[in-house]
Amino acid sequence: MANTNITADTDVHAAHAHHEHDEHHDEHWLFKYIFSQDHKMIAKQFLIMGIFWAFLGGALSSLFRIQLGWPEASFSWLEPILGQWVEGGKLNPEFFLALVTMHGTIMVFFVLTAGLSGTFSNFLIPLQIGARDMASGFMNMLSFWFFFLSSIIMFVSLFLQTGPAAAGWTIYPPLSALPQAMPGSGAGMTYWLVAMALFIISQLLGGVNYITTVINLRTRGMSMTKMPLTIWAFFLTAVLGLLSFPVLFAAALLLIFDRSFGTSFYLSDIYVAGQALPNTGGSPILFQHLFWFLGHPEVYIVILPAMGLVSEVLATNARKPIFGYRAMIGSIFGIAVLSLVVWAHHMFVSGMNPFLGSVFMFLTLIIAVPSAVKVFNWLATLWRGNIVFTTAMLYAIGFVSIFISGGLTGILLGNSAVDIQLHNTYFVVAHFHLVMGSAAFFGMFCGVYHWFPKMFGRMMDEKLGYVHFWLTFLGVYLVFIPMHYVGIAGFPRRYYSFTAFETFSQFADLNMFISAAAILAFLGQFIFLFNFIYSIYRGRRASMNPWHSNTLEWTTPVNPGHGNWPGEIPAVYRWPYDYSKPGAAEDFIPQNVPFSQTESSNLPNERDFE
Amino acid sequence: MINVAIAISVLLVVVVLVLLFRIQTLASIFTGSSEKRVSHSNKVNAILMLLFLLIGGAAFIWSWIKDQDKFILPVASEHGVWIDEMFWLTMVILGIVFAITQVLLFWYSYKYQHRDDKRAYFFPHNNKLEIFWTVIPAIVMAVLVFRGWKTWTTITNPAPEDAVVVEVVGKQFNWVIRYPGADNKLGKVKHTLIDGTNELGMDFSDKASMDDFIVNEIHIPKGKPVLFKIRSRDVTHSFYIPHFRAQMHAVPGMPTKFWLVPTKSTADMANEVGNPDFKYELVCNQICGRGHFAMRAVIVVDEPEDYEAWVAKQKSFISSNPDLLTNLKGATVPALNAAPAAETETPGENAAEKAEETVREEATL
Repeated sequence: MANTNITADTDVHAAHAHHEHDEHHDEHWLFKYIFSQDHKMIAKQFLIMGIFWAFLGGALSSLFRIQLGWPEASFSWLEPILGQWVEGGKLNPEFFLALVTMHGTIMVFFVLTAGLSGTFSNFLIPLQIGARDMASGFMNMLSFWFFFLSSIIMFVSLFLQTGPAAAGWTIYPPLSALPQAMPGSGAGMTYWLVAMALFIISQLLGGVNYITTVINLRTRGMSMTKMPLTIWAFFLTAVLGLLSFPVLFAAALLLIFDRSFGTSFYLSDIYVAGQALPNTGGSPILFQHLFWFLGHPEVYIVILPAMGLVSEVLATNARKPIFGYRAMIGSIFGIAVLSLVVWAHHMFVSGMNPFLGSVFMFLTLIIAVPSAVKVFNWLATLWRGNIVFTTAMLYAIGFVSIFISGGLTGILLGNSAVDIQLHNTYFVVAHFHLVMGSAAFFGMFCGVYHWFPKMFGRMMDEKLGYVHFWLTFLGVYLVFIPMHYVGIAGFPRRYYSFTAFETFSQFADLNMFISAAAILAFLGQFIFLFNFIYSIYRGRRASMNPWHSNTLEWTTPVNPGHGNWPGEIPAVYRWPYDYSKPGAAEDFIPQNVPFSQTESSNLPNERDFE
Repeated sequence: MINVAIAISVLLVVVVLVLLFRIQTLASIFTGSSEKRVSHSNKVNAILMLLFLLIGGAAFIWSWIKDQDKFILPVASEHGVWIDEMFWLTMVILGIVFAITQVLLFWYSYKYQHRDDKRAYFFPHNNKLEIFWTVIPAIVMAVLVFRGWKTWTTITNPAPEDAVVVEVVGKQFNWVIRYPGADNKLGKVKHTLIDGTNELGMDFSDKASMDDFIVNEIHIPKGKPVLFKIRSRDVTHSFYIPHFRAQMHAVPGMPTKFWLVPTKSTADMANEVGNPDFKYELVCNQICGRGHFAMRAVIVVDEPEDYEAWVAKQKSFISSNPDLLTNLKGATVPALNAAPAAETETPGENAAEKAEETVREEATL
């Protein structure tokens, strides 16, 4: 429906059509703010849901960090919130596992997948490729509302009497399949599975839309090799999601069968809670293969959009073209392809055939090559730049630093021999929190600070942004560097406390330090929250192109209406990275400026396409 | 009262912060810094980048040196040394790359901060550079893959024929340890035979079961290959012995294994770390429920002759639980005190209660 309106817009006299459009939306606030089919509004909906989930996920982590940092401390003061989960001043160990599980689930799926891709793919794809909206505004709306429904179910599961899912975010059966094994595997797990099934539907609806839009709705002149790297990243992320999420759906479905209909896909020869189960012939390893077939691409689904955003922001604020544009596309492509064939590196010691371990070690370590290329290209982009430290730029630089730190330790874990020792220890936790957790968060902050003016027509406060950045950046390193030490010492993850083992009797001080840093860094995020909400209403008014950027979204009005451009969609003549081109009047030339207007800076082979 | 005081002070702090924020905003409007392309903050941020590199880098090195002795567990197995070598080889390479890239990142950020009189260098691509930094990482990775693959295959090769066999079975929330006894053969097990006494569901119609013995502590001989046969009877656990650099999941329905050669007896290690009470510990390293964090067993590495003496002292499981044999003979007649769990109702429930009690006991550890 929206589509026909939009096509009409292009044909009818521009100003008139725009006027009609606005009127139409002003009349129905319900359709403007709630059941909106405008990609920009849907993006904001995803963003605000994402921020809500991020604070909840962060709060859960603060709770279990208190337990880990001060195992002797009394939790009585939290009884008003946690109720029966505090038993005689102590946190219930099963609730601890539930906290860990929900923290992971929320952060990986609801924040860094839906909140990141959902926000920026939706917001930037039509704006940067020059389209009025997504290919299907209606499907896009459905994508958000499926996510919303999924969110409600996941949220409600937190309040179940038996607690939410608690088998770890990877929900390995049999633990997740058997309510006898832990109470969280009862109703909580059912809610988890239903919520995730809806979540996957939301992702697929969104993904189909992103791909279709990028392929079909690019404006005149916007060839695939003139697209900003953000769009390349979103595009390949969507492809990855479309290929891998259905496999998680299959895994979840079989788990539902095992739980509710007595099948034995994952269960075999089990005696639990005083009873021998009749299931035979199933394999828990099967679930791990299916889960990680999504689970590994998932970390790239999380990190690729962040890489795209960071590439764009680095180039804009270093006032330099991104170095090796085609190599950057190639490396995104390489990472995307390889990410589909490395999943079993999570399973080196799961009992699968060691030969498979060799194969997956080989494939895993290859993926370091395109990642390294990206890092070197970012460094080369900064080299001899003219760097403007906007908050977004600080986050982009922080992203590169964190991605290097976290990525390098992946080379240790990807080595099956070394992984024998490090598997499931805090080393793994530290590694992925840096490389996909914090880095993706930095990418997300980078995106929010950079595109806030386009989203809300106002600027976020820079000074608060700086404070927020330095606090978060410091916090991330103070939390995760010591966590590597704890991991090398063999501390297992998902442990309620380390007091039962002599091997782990040391490092109580370090755990306390990590907890304190983590809680401080979490509290620091409220600076962002204040800045975000305050700036929506009271921020300084933005200009059309506050960062002097080249991409198409900055050619729209300060507050673009539904349909994005009031008149015709601009045509594109050049790549998005003509920054500081020798001979040009300004240090940037937007994509919609034809070469005929920039004679002084044209390279020998640069001509307009007509 | 104290709560009110805390609430008021938090409120005051927030008010002060908001006021500071307002003053800062007004000041930036007054000085006009908000209108300029870059404000004074650009320089401050650039300097902070450099400081972060210097102070952060120094703090990192200091903390590493300070804690290194603590976080590297002494190694007690033959293959553990190879794993550590692999670890350190990789670590050195990573350290070099880490240092170079981080230094460049923060140094460039500082050095190329914005200047009004300057323009960035238009440098969109350079194929030679691209090829250079694609090929170099590829070669380094190839070396690491090759080394890693050799280490991995040596570790995972089949155990020698004469290896000492120990079966370790994970259950919520402890480990059950079984030795094959004199015939060096573990008897058959069936999960339907499990009850409160027969925790592994040992099938005594299999002769090989008769001399199997079950113990609380794992004993293994120093300097001899030891093959751990790993199983689980409920959910997935992970058999992890950090000092030996050994780990393998315990999977219900799928036996797994790991073999190693211990190189230091418990006494040797106690000397090395200067702790007379030192114990090797077996850790569960795969989330398995409430008592996961306390699922522990002790491993004792004996001198070979002490080990032999220890084995000789052990009594077979069936000799301490002869009831199980009587039940076996009268399998068709419903037994009164104990019976295979799944078949008959009442004793099964008894077993369930018993098992639950154990679960509760261990969970409160």
